[in-house]
Amino acid sequence: MKYMCLIYSDPALTPQMGEKMNAAYFDLNRRMKEAGVMVAGDALQPTATATSLRKRQGKVETMDGPFAETREHLGGYYVIDCPDLDQALHWAAQIPGAEHGTVEVRPLVVFG
Amino acid sequence: MIEATLTQVMQQDRGRLLAALIARTGDFQRAEDALQDAAASALAHWGRAGVPANPTGWLLRAALRKAIDAYRSAGTATRHRAAMERLAQDEAADPDPGAIPDDRLRLIFTCCHPALEEKSRIALTLRSLCGLTTAQVAAMFLDAEPTMGQRLSRAKAKIAAARIPFAVPGPEDLPDRLNSVLTTVYLIFTAGYAQGPQAGLDLCEEAIFLARLLVQLAPDQPEVEGALALLLLTHARHAARVGADGQSLPPAQQDRSLWNAAELAEGLALLDRAVARRRTGPFTLKAAIAALHCQPVTDWPQIALLHARLHDFEPTPVVRLNHAVALAFSGRAAEALALIEPLAAALDAYQPFHAARADVLARLGRGQEARLAYDRAIRLAASAADRAFLEARRAAVI
Repeated sequence: MKYMCLIYSDPALTPQMGEKMNAAYFDLNRRMKEAGVMVAGDALQPTATATSLRKRQGKVETMDGPFAETREHLGGYYVIDCPDLDQALHWAAQIPGAEHGTVEVRPLVVFG
Repeated sequence: MIEATLTQVMQQDRGRLLAALIARTGDFQRAEDALQDAAASALAHWGRAGVPANPTGWLLRAALRKAIDAYRSAGTATRHRAAMERLAQDEAADPDPGAIPDDRLRLIFTCCHPALEEKSRIALTLRSLCGLTTAQVAAMFLDAEPTMGQRLSRAKAKIAAARIPFAVPGPEDLPDRLNSVLTTVYLIFTAGYAQGPQAGLDLCEEAIFLARLLVQLAPDQPEVEGALALLLLTHARHAARVGADGQSLPPAQQDRSLWNAAELAEGLALLDRAVARRRTGPFTLKAAIAALHCQPVTDWPQIALLHARLHDFEPTPVVRLNHAVALAFSGRAAEALALIEPLAAALDAYQPFHAARADVLARLGRGQEARLAYDRAIRLAASAADRAFLEARRAAVI
């Protein structure tokens, strides 16, 4: 069963993605791959680089910035493949962002 | 007559039946639906042929058949072929509930999973393990029955969608997960303690039933023994809570002859067992505090020490407050006040906060402030008995 782990953090409270943080993420990526649970994972550039888009009545509207101006910003994600929620939560707990932000764990829809 | 027997069997054995069905179908909602269908079928069959010798076994067998039928008619037969075959085997093997392993421990851990909202954990536990009807669970929360029905459905949908496993957690997760289960049981108990028996339902008894079940199914766990000890030691005193004049009485002032000696003895024995295992946790500490409150002369310094240790496990404002109260009663009022004042924002709506603050201010000779604090407590009093107690305390302030 695939789960997406959405990594949220308050930029005011988050340490910069320095070397130590990068190393922690690379280490996690390696361990996830070795365990066969890693499907995908990426860091997102800051919300200042975001563009939001809507299409209403055939007309495309684009806006500067993220979908919602919240204090905690979406900074990255993983997609992992685990047998159940408890295993997914084990991996989510190891995401460095969980220490000063929030990780949302949500199952993906299974079609067919 | 048939209906009464069926209702009784369903209430008593619901937990065991449901757990066995979830273990075999792998799906909470399917298991419930199958059990529901089996009960409906029982009403018809037993009406014609009489109540069977083993009604629970009959229901399990019928439910297994219903589960197989449900898989077939949903047109998902191919996808669930393995599950169906297993079910068919189980059904043919003539199940006897006495011989089937008791899967209720897995069930209670599932119902109390932290991924579910706390209120839903309580509701699901009461419905699934205690056999309460949806209406009875709704009444506990002062909710309308359909609202509670929806809550239960959403919880089961989440269990399926997020794939919350039907399992006892491994050793790494067990302490936290067990704490979640014991907290759910404790919340059921405190609701029962506050409400009293309602319409033939006593939530204190249900909580004690759950705690006993846990002691039976998860032996040698000090926190489980501690939790049951806490419930028994608290419940032992309930007949003496309110004095003859309608005032709430703290344990030190209660008529000990009204205490349930058997519950007291059992609680103390369990506490000894838990402590002997030398692995302390929050429930063992709370039970130890409750035991100290049962002594003829209250050892407040010891109670204060235990609250300080409890705070290491549960760093909450309420634990802080209780620690401060114990300090005040130990003659350390100034220290108590220093602990209490920073809690004002968090506990502003909490009556015991204002009552404790009032008591400490009175001890420090600040009578006018004490009376004002008692006024706030009185306004927040939840019962006439509590109000009477607080008014008497206020009147006694010099």
